[in-house]
Amino acid sequence: MRAVDAVMECLKAEGVEVVFGYPGGANLPTYDAFVDAGIKHVLVRHEQGGGHAAEGYAKATGKVGVCLATSGPGATNLVTAITNAMMDSTPVVFLTGQVRTELLGTDGFQEADMLGITMPIVKHSFLIQHPNEIPRAIHEAFHIARTGRPGPVVVDIPQDLSRAEIDYEPVTDVRLPGYQPTTEGNQKQIRQAAKALASARRPVIYAGGGVINADASEELTALVRADRFPVTCTLMGLGAYPAPDPQWLGMLGMHGTRAANYAIDEADLVCCIGARFDDRVTGKLSEFAPRAKFIHIDVDPAEISKNVPAHIPIVGDAKNVLTKLVAEYRALKPDPSRLEEWWQRIDAWRERHPLRYDDSDDREIKPQFMIEALYEATGGNAIVTSDVGQHQMWAAQYFHFTRPRQWINSGGLGTMGFGLPAAVGAQVGRPDETVICITGDGSVQMNIQELATCAQEGIPIKVFIMNNGYLGMVRQWQELFWDRRYSHVDMGQYPDFVKLAEAYGCTGLRFDDKTTLVDDMKGALALDGPVVVDVRVTQEENVFPMIAPGAPARDMVG
Amino acid sequence: MGEPGTKDLLSLEELDASVAMRTGRKHTLSILVENKPGVLTRIAGLFARRGFNIDTLTVGPTDDERISRITLTLDGAVHPIDQVTKQLHKLVNVLKIRDLDPQDTVARELALFKVAVDGVQRAEVMQICEIFRGKVVDVTKRSLTIEVTGTTDKIEAFERMVRPFGLVEMMRTGEIAIARGRGET
Repeated sequence: MRAVDAVMECLKAEGVEVVFGYPGGANLPTYDAFVDAGIKHVLVRHEQGGGHAAEGYAKATGKVGVCLATSGPGATNLVTAITNAMMDSTPVVFLTGQVRTELLGTDGFQEADMLGITMPIVKHSFLIQHPNEIPRAIHEAFHIARTGRPGPVVVDIPQDLSRAEIDYEPVTDVRLPGYQPTTEGNQKQIRQAAKALASARRPVIYAGGGVINADASEELTALVRADRFPVTCTLMGLGAYPAPDPQWLGMLGMHGTRAANYAIDEADLVCCIGARFDDRVTGKLSEFAPRAKFIHIDVDPAEISKNVPAHIPIVGDAKNVLTKLVAEYRALKPDPSRLEEWWQRIDAWRERHPLRYDDSDDREIKPQFMIEALYEATGGNAIVTSDVGQHQMWAAQYFHFTRPRQWINSGGLGTMGFGLPAAVGAQVGRPDETVICITGDGSVQMNIQELATCAQEGIPIKVFIMNNGYLGMVRQWQELFWDRRYSHVDMGQYPDFVKLAEAYGCTGLRFDDKTTLVDDMKGALALDGPVVVDVRVTQEENVFPMIAPGAPARDMVG
Repeated sequence: MGEPGTKDLLSLEELDASVAMRTGRKHTLSILVENKPGVLTRIAGLFARRGFNIDTLTVGPTDDERISRITLTLDGAVHPIDQVTKQLHKLVNVLKIRDLDPQDTVARELALFKVAVDGVQRAEVMQICEIFRGKVVDVTKRSLTIEVTGTTDKIEAFERMVRPFGLVEMMRTGEIAIARGRGET
């Protein structure tokens, strides 16, 4: 059988339901194989969109996303998506075409050294050198992408090799002697962690996207409720613990709540699960949780003690470790009253510093109000994807996520242009759910071509553009830290998103009246097919509270 | 402090963190890798991305043709070695890493020295060569090329001795190292 037909067999064996891709010269053989393979393929309009769609699919379903592109420009267009998947630990297999082996290294037409270009941004990559290697490489790619700390894997297949005849035999095992992630967690360390939690008087549980990747939300909730532990999540971890909830402090970090940041600041024990002490979380690193000891649970040993020294490091899968940790903790039967004083302090912060904004007294829509209206209109049930900027932070603050995989955004890399294609992928993976994309007038234009994909495939996502006519977050920083010298952040009122949506074959709507906003949104959500809503909001509004860059958490402003 | 195996509670004050330590000494990492495309680039790139300097690097075959050994040395005074080894372990093609303890390691380097010499000096340089158990591998009217093997210290000492005569050039391989005793490196 042709190697490309074997590729299809491998994809089926891996349970692949859908591939996001774009054809070209070097992957013509693969596209020929699609004709008979019976695997759903979504034709995106730009390879970057295909990459983010595969990420959105992976984030929404927990399965491995698959993205296909041709060599050269097709492959290099994937670079942002691959980096994004690496930073946010998303399992995606990228299959790229490559020029014929005889042209390799000759600057052949549409040749780009994908192995070299992507080396720093992949979990692993394969350059196929013999057609017989292809099936094993595909299976190993899936195995590496989904296990341990998930991540992107690139398989680069030269065109001539993909056409070659091979003797295909199903691969039932993977042989990766150099790749053996630790998943179990050291029992002694787990017991130490339970004891530390039991003796802490000011503990905080700080959970990240790793909890969601490990499908460990139930176990996290069990740990939090094994006592009255205060819990906060990173941007990537939202939804890992159901919000709102009495023990929920809100998000932490640069635009997190004061309660969460102050609690970390005064904590005597921080239990970090599946998070990595990113600079957007810690603020000034040397003053992050200065009184605390750290338990750090992560499946990636290289994250432990990378930024913050761990007192009790536990390498393992969050689900395994948390299950054992809850059992160990319960066996200790600690006295819950030791946390009363701590809760009094936290409750005082929550009372004094709730998330708040000055609402308009006319019909003007405040951006925060827009998110609250969306929360109300969707009943809080939708899968929400977002782009990057102010709208992302307000969505994180004002939309309460109750379940894992409900919130899909670009955290580590901060990729404008992620939200719309990610919504495409999420909707394809979860056809029965309402999928909305909260985006900005800047971000949405970075992959807006995927509206055509939605129209053609009938992918009924609802895109809500928080349109303030500015690159809002950059404008905010220029206002706060650069003496309000606005430099190239004014986007004007271009394009006309309603007309643009219609040109793409979607429904276009514009809302600018606060008083009818919730009902208007309900109306938009009830429409069939893809809908783009241009929501006109206050132009110059800032995201608060905020830890200024390089400042410690206790000096939050706004 | 509460023992791990008991139910005694733990005093948080007594917990010590494992910090990314700068050890302050030279480290020799012996790394077994699969012979796969780009494996050396992956390793070198990992160091470059994090701003780590490799002092010496050697790559050679092992008794298994699918596997190569990379020996590299780096300065533990500037770089946190544990972070380096953890990152190396994440590379799928890296099979095994050993941070060799200098006390329990035999390390050797090969160097070739080309020295500009004429009549009188030649004898003198050859005498030094003998002391260092070097080998003359090429000779012309105006030069001597000498092969020296040994520890880095020995090679540097030899260099200091012959440099005044007129060192034309010098080639060094970088260290290879093997663990002392019966056990595998």
